[in-house]
Amino acid sequence: MSVVPAPALISGDAEAGPRRHPLSEPVPRHPARRSLGTYLGLTPFALYVILFLVIPTVLAVTTGFFTEDGSVTLDNIAGIFAPNVLSTFGSSFLVSAVTAVIGAVIGALVCYALLGTGAEGTLRSTIDSISSVLAQFGGVMLAFAFIATIGTQGLVTRFLADAFGIDLFASGPWLYQVPGLVVVYVYFQVPLMIITFMPALEGLRTTWAEANATLGGTRVTYWTRIAIPVLAPSFIGSLLLLFANAFSSYATAAALVSQGSPIVPLQIRGALVSETVLGRENMAGALAFGMIAVMIIVMWGYSVLQLRTSRWQK
Amino acid sequence: MTAASRLGTEPNKVTRGVILGVVGAVFAIPLIALLQFTFRDGLGGGYTLEHWNNLIGEDAARTYRSLFQAIGNSVVLAIVTVGIVLVLLLPTMILVHIQFPKFSRVLEFICIIPITVPAIVLVVGLAPVYGVVVRIFGSGAWTLAFAYGITVLPYAYRAIQSNLDAIPAVMLSEAARSLGADWPTVLRLVLLPNLRRGVLAASFISVAVVLGEFTIASLLNRTNLQTALLQISQSDPYVAAIFAFLALAVAFGLLLLIGRLGASRKRSRE
Repeated sequence: MSVVPAPALISGDAEAGPRRHPLSEPVPRHPARRSLGTYLGLTPFALYVILFLVIPTVLAVTTGFFTEDGSVTLDNIAGIFAPNVLSTFGSSFLVSAVTAVIGAVIGALVCYALLGTGAEGTLRSTIDSISSVLAQFGGVMLAFAFIATIGTQGLVTRFLADAFGIDLFASGPWLYQVPGLVVVYVYFQVPLMIITFMPALEGLRTTWAEANATLGGTRVTYWTRIAIPVLAPSFIGSLLLLFANAFSSYATAAALVSQGSPIVPLQIRGALVSETVLGRENMAGALAFGMIAVMIIVMWGYSVLQLRTSRWQK
Repeated sequence: MTAASRLGTEPNKVTRGVILGVVGAVFAIPLIALLQFTFRDGLGGGYTLEHWNNLIGEDAARTYRSLFQAIGNSVVLAIVTVGIVLVLLLPTMILVHIQFPKFSRVLEFICIIPITVPAIVLVVGLAPVYGVVVRIFGSGAWTLAFAYGITVLPYAYRAIQSNLDAIPAVMLSEAARSLGADWPTVLRLVLLPNLRRGVLAASFISVAVVLGEFTIASLLNRTNLQTALLQISQSDPYVAAIFAFLALAVAFGLLLLIGRLGASRKRSRE
């Protein structure tokens, strides 16, 4: 009883002193003015975020619950479950899932191949930069690149036709439909996987491999018993991020698909720009609501898995 | 054979070469095709410099006026967006880091929201907001930067935060304060010089995001580089391909610079 409380008392004393907040100023000279002034310092950013992030988000997800003249309705939300809209969500899910899986597998392979190359080397910095560009800023430009590659007059289309007599478009203009989206989306999913998964793969410790070898394990047991189980949450997390990325992607699809609206973001475009049908803006709101519901679930899963990963990365 | 590859933790040279070679080659094809397209002479199959020459010819300014106008818009938007990052986000992040560490999780949460609320969803709610913006600020192209400041939040936040975490910001500002410096002086002479790399990285990545942005501009009926590229691709796909290639190259250059900034920081610390 006499020994244990002593340190507690000391630390209690220290907490009572001016160093209670070790990260703030040691001695606030004008406590009242400081807190008022500094709190005011947070307001410009807070106002900006409220005006251009919070209000638009709230508007986007709530307009779906109103009619054109402002009364509450569930018609638009029910509209999500109309067969044609539901099938659009279906194609969006399919495109996102397929490209996420392909992107994650190829991306993880590339990450594995990059293990052991210096993180600061030219190879890595070049691949990092290219990956960032393709994963995040390509959009419309990637659609152009693929039209130039496998469009009707594309480089590869012509080569295959001239050299082997293969007609890429024998089964119709697939590049400008859902199958085309899959091909182009994979092109930005793989780079995104490289960016997001590389840190986890680099976090594997050599000591684990040494321990495995010391205990008589082989390379196979190292990967199956140690590396893969350790990497699994991070891999699945990245997979979810890729899914969310494809699901919310608009620019590439808008540039590629000119007829019809096979995926949800294009349905939103259709509802927003339609001037013929009244109340379509509220339908855009309902679609936005549906999209954000999916995004929140997926991103929640991602953050849970990231948290798990960060436990051993530190 | 290194210890790592003997233990099986790293691929050997052949495996690495095969994976990187195959994936690299496949991923290079669309970019090569895009570049090759800019030299094509119609549908004939020959090559020409005509499309590139057209851009520097006498008539270029007139022929491609709308495209150059759109590039101008994108440059202005990039500048204003970087301004928003520097004037609104940066001071707030410093303030929270030094004075309100308990808010740091809240700030992080806010800054990554735009990943969960994608542009295509945000634009549905931005349409009415911009109805008000236009009434207050007019319909100048630069006003779109208010929306872009939100779009770049996750990227800019990450760049600045990793720099903030790497320097003893609290200690530095306390030292400066105890030597009699006021807050503007602390910011100007102590914190900003130490945050130069993070601030530059945040600015570059914001420029890259703005140059590639299409969704919001297109659905709010604004004109920027990407919407103009899509429009001109209907009439002159060669010019569209040229500018698409150049824009990708510029974005690549900016990101390479960011990588260099990070690398030199780590080297100088070692």
